[in-house]
Order: sequence, then structure tokens, then C-alpha cells
Amino acid sequence: MKTSTYLRRYWQLYFLLILPLAYFAIFKYGPMYGVQIAFKDFNFFQGINGSEWIGWDGFREVFQNQDFYRTLRNTLMLNILDLIVSFPAPLILAIMLYEVKALWFKKLSQTILYIPHFISWVIIGGIVYQVFGTQSGFINNLWVSMGFQPIPFLTDPNYWLITYLLTGVWQSAGWGTILYLAALTGINKELYEAAEVDGATRMRRIWHITLPGLRPTIITLLIINLGNMVTIGFERPYVIGNVAVQEYSDVLSTFVYRIGLESGQYTLATVVGLFQAVVGLIFVLGANFAAKKTTGEGIL
Amino acid sequence: MAEAARVNETDRIKVKPNISRGDRIFDIVNMTLIAVSVLICIFPFIHVLSISLSSSRPIMSGEVTLFPKEFTIEAYVKVFSDPSMIRSLGFTVILTAVFTLFCMAMTIAAAYPLSKSNLKGRGFFMVVIIITMFFSGGIIPEYILVRNLHLLDTMWALILPGLISPFYLIIMISFFKGIPDSLEEAAEIDGSSHFRTLLRIILPLSMPVIATLSLFYAVGRWNGFMDTLMYINSPELYPLQLKLYQLIQNNMATELMRNEVAGTANMMPESLKAASVIFATVPILIVYPWLQRYFVSGVMLGAVKG
Repeated sequence: MKTSTYLRRYWQLYFLLILPLAYFAIFKYGPMYGVQIAFKDFNFFQGINGSEWIGWDGFREVFQNQDFYRTLRNTLMLNILDLIVSFPAPLILAIMLYEVKALWFKKLSQTILYIPHFISWVIIGGIVYQVFGTQSGFINNLWVSMGFQPIPFLTDPNYWLITYLLTGVWQSAGWGTILYLAALTGINKELYEAAEVDGATRMRRIWHITLPGLRPTIITLLIINLGNMVTIGFERPYVIGNVAVQEYSDVLSTFVYRIGLESGQYTLATVVGLFQAVVGLIFVLGANFAAKKTTGEGIL
Repeated sequence: MAEAARVNETDRIKVKPNISRGDRIFDIVNMTLIAVSVLICIFPFIHVLSISLSSSRPIMSGEVTLFPKEFTIEAYVKVFSDPSMIRSLGFTVILTAVFTLFCMAMTIAAAYPLSKSNLKGRGFFMVVIIITMFFSGGIIPEYILVRNLHLLDTMWALILPGLISPFYLIIMISFFKGIPDSLEEAAEIDGSSHFRTLLRIILPLSMPVIATLSLFYAVGRWNGFMDTLMYINSPELYPLQLKLYQLIQNNMATELMRNEVAGTANMMPESLKAASVIFATVPILIVYPWLQRYFVSGVMLGAVKG
């Protein structure tokens, strides 16, 4: 087909693509162009192009900053703890739900367990305060009425970690079951029947049939999680954290926000953001490589 | 002999399933544990709801747990008579609706051409899009961009930067690809333009995925908080989340202060904070049960090709 005939026939398809491509060019590649301010002494008067080049000075300054290492440590620490605490929860919950025979009970439980996933972190923050607060929080009311001293769940860094982690489990465990439950529908029912005939108990069937059936899903999700180790959402640590627990709650994303948008150190904040993006990309590609090695299939 | 015994055994199991006592105990323990998880899941909502419906005295003395004490709807009267709260709700509804509409229009416009595997340049376009899933400029360059475009402190700062999610776009593309080509070819032979084919044939067949993705976009916008914090200054443009966040900050401030001095002068009543939380949660809880199946199917769609 000649180009002119081709275009006459398909111009409408390209027409449809104009706005979406413009969107990607402006709002996705625009900021990538702006990344160069990591190497510039940026100010708004001179703009991105007019600001002076400073080379690696911004990086040097960031890598000498104690707060940067603290936020990097916290990011890794919160992610690793989250992985330990929050990763097994949906798996166990999914296996338990799979064993339920009463369909109405299963459906009802699932409906309720998914709800926290749709609640914003801001609302969760409000709820966390009502539940974990020192003076009037529900848990402390109970605790104090039993004759103990109140526990500073929100203001002591170590207790705050517990709050942060429990909130994460609460928010994600139910929704996380979906992928496992989907994988479970793929397990051959005859395996269970055969095992039953052979006298295997329910626990043994879970151990020898259900869990091996979930293995690929578990490995894939684990690898995805590991790939996201340096990436951390902004809203959860920002909303649940506070000045008293900054020692632990200050992570890369909140650090970028604070030094960039609150103190106007755009260059340094961009450096931190770029560092996070590049290391994050390396982790994701590494994870994809690992997935290809272990499951024979990439996750990208 | 052995085979006969086996057949016998299967028969027995088929006639009386669940015969073993261990099985029954397992079921009871299992369902109890699930019930406990479910209770833990909804308990915080019930607690906050009870606080919002109680008087100050029982709240302060820590008597309120699962049921309201000294029942009152005063807090809700206050929330609903606060014009800034109602305005914030109204603005969030409009913002979410406009955002979702724009997002879907853009996502469909991008997905339809890109679902045609013979489209010239398709590979290039896909690479351009997929790169953005793995690398982004970061929030500071985004902020500078929004500021340079003079979008700061306007509704558009909350709409334009998030118009197309590459993840949802890929879900859409793979759905369109699943529609049989013969339908489109037949339409083309009848002289239908691509626009017409998209509107009259493709879209009506894509309602499930359109519903699902609209829902994801809408929930994302409704719950979105970080960009509102970054881009919005004027109180009349505060979406619900930002409005609510200020109340929670107030919470945190009092929490921190209490460690030093007990009791502060202009503290917001607990019930009012709780009522605000419920006020922002209820819209989600109302639509959620009806739309749940779309959410779940969306995750499946994403998992297939994600």
C-alpha cells in the first residue's frame, strides 16, 4: 500500500492518538526533561534552561547529608518490615477462604475484607488516631482500664512502627487475597479428591496441594515486592507519621516533599528523586531478571 | 481386591461427605478465624461511627467502644451545616466526575488505534508509553511543570497530570484486541469510518472494562491526596481528602501536645473529627458493594497482562 492510500484509510486512527501522545509528551516526558535540574542550580526566574549548570555538586551535597541516609534507611526498613508482616497475611487469608464451603459466608467475608483497600490514607489516618491514640484511643482505653500505663502508639518511634505495620496489614491483607484466590481456581479439583481418598487430612492437603499450587504466584509477588524495595508511597508514612516519630517515619518520598516543596531546595530534592528513580529501576530490572530465572517468565 | 475396596471407600465418601470429626473441627476453627479477621476489618469503622454519635463526656472518659453512649447526632448537624465541608464534598464530586470522563476519553482514544497490530508506528508508540511505567521525572520536575503551565491552584492541576494511566491503558488495549476482527471488518466493508466503528461497535462491547477502569480512575481521584497537597492552596478548592487531612493534623498536634500539657483550649470535639471521617468514608461505602465485582474483575484483567 502506498503511504498516501494508507494515510487516507487510517488517518482517523492517528488523529485519535494526537491528544494521548501530547499528554505523554507534556506530562510524562516533560518532567523527564526537567530532571536536568538535578545538575543545575535551579530557580524559577531563570527557569530550567536558564539556570546554571553545577555538575555533580547537588549529588555531593545530598550524599553528605545525614537526613538522606536516615530516610534511605527508613525506606528500606519500613519496606522490609512490611514485607515480613504484610506479605504472608493475604496468602494465609486466601487459603482459609478457599477452604470455606459455605458460599454465602465466603462472599460476605470477601466483600468486607476488601473494603479497607478503598479507603484513602487520609481517612485511615483519622481512624488510626481514634484507635491508637494515647489519651482516648480505643486500644489504650482498654489497656488503661486493665490497670496498665497507656502505650504511646503514635508518639514513640518503636511503638509507632507497630502502628504503621498493623495499619498496613489491615489495609492490604483482604485485597491481596484476590490474586491468590484466582490462582487457586486453577488447581485441579481431582487432586483434592484423590488426596481425600488416600486419607490425607485437610492440613496435609493444604500443605501438599494448595501451597505448591500457589508457588508461582508467591514467587512472582515476592519478586515484585523486592523490586519495589526503594519505592515507598508518600501518603502512608506522611499521614500516619508525625514530628515525634520522624526518626522512623521520615522516608525518601516525604524527604523529597519536605526539602523540595516546603523548603524550596528544588535541586537537592530532584537529586534525591532521581536517585530513587534510578535505583528503583535497577531493582525492578533485577527483579525481572530474577523472575525469568526462577519462573521462566518475566514479570514486566 | 484392592480396587474393590477403593471403590467402596469412594462410595462411602460420596454418600456422607464431611464425615470426619477432624474435618468439622477444621471448618469451625477456620470460619471462626475468618470471622475474627472480618471483625477486625470493620471494627475501626464501627468504633469511629460510635464516637461520632456519642456525647463528649463518655468519649473523654473512654467509655465508647462498639456502641454510641449518650446518643446524639450533634456532630453530624455541625458537619452538614459547615458550608466549607459541603462545598468540599461538592467540589470533590465534580472533580472526580470530570477527571473520570476525561481519563476514559483519553484512554479509549489511545487504546483503540494501539489495539490494531497492523498500525504503522505502533511499536514505537508502545515503547514511548511503556517507558513511562518504569521511569518518571519525579515530583519536583512535575511540580515545576505544573507551575510553569500556570495550573497551580486550579482544578486542572488535579486532572491533567493523571489523564492516562499506562497500566489501565494496557488493560484497555488488550480488551480491544480480544474483540473479533470480523466485526470491525464487516463494519468497514459497510463503509463505516473508524470513528463510527469505535463508537457503534467497539464501545458497546466494552462496557465491562469501561465500567471497571472508570471506577479505578474515580476511586484514585476521590482518594488522591498527595497532588492536592502539592498543587492546591485556596480553601475553596480543597478536595475532601485535603480538608480531612487538616483535621487529622489537628489530631496529631493535640496528640503531641498532650504529652506535655494535658488539655488544650481550642480542641475540636472528638465526635466532630469522627463524624468528618465518616462523612468522607460513606460515599465510598455506599457505592462499593454495588461495584465490587467490577473492581475484582479489574484486578484479574490487570493480572493477565500486567
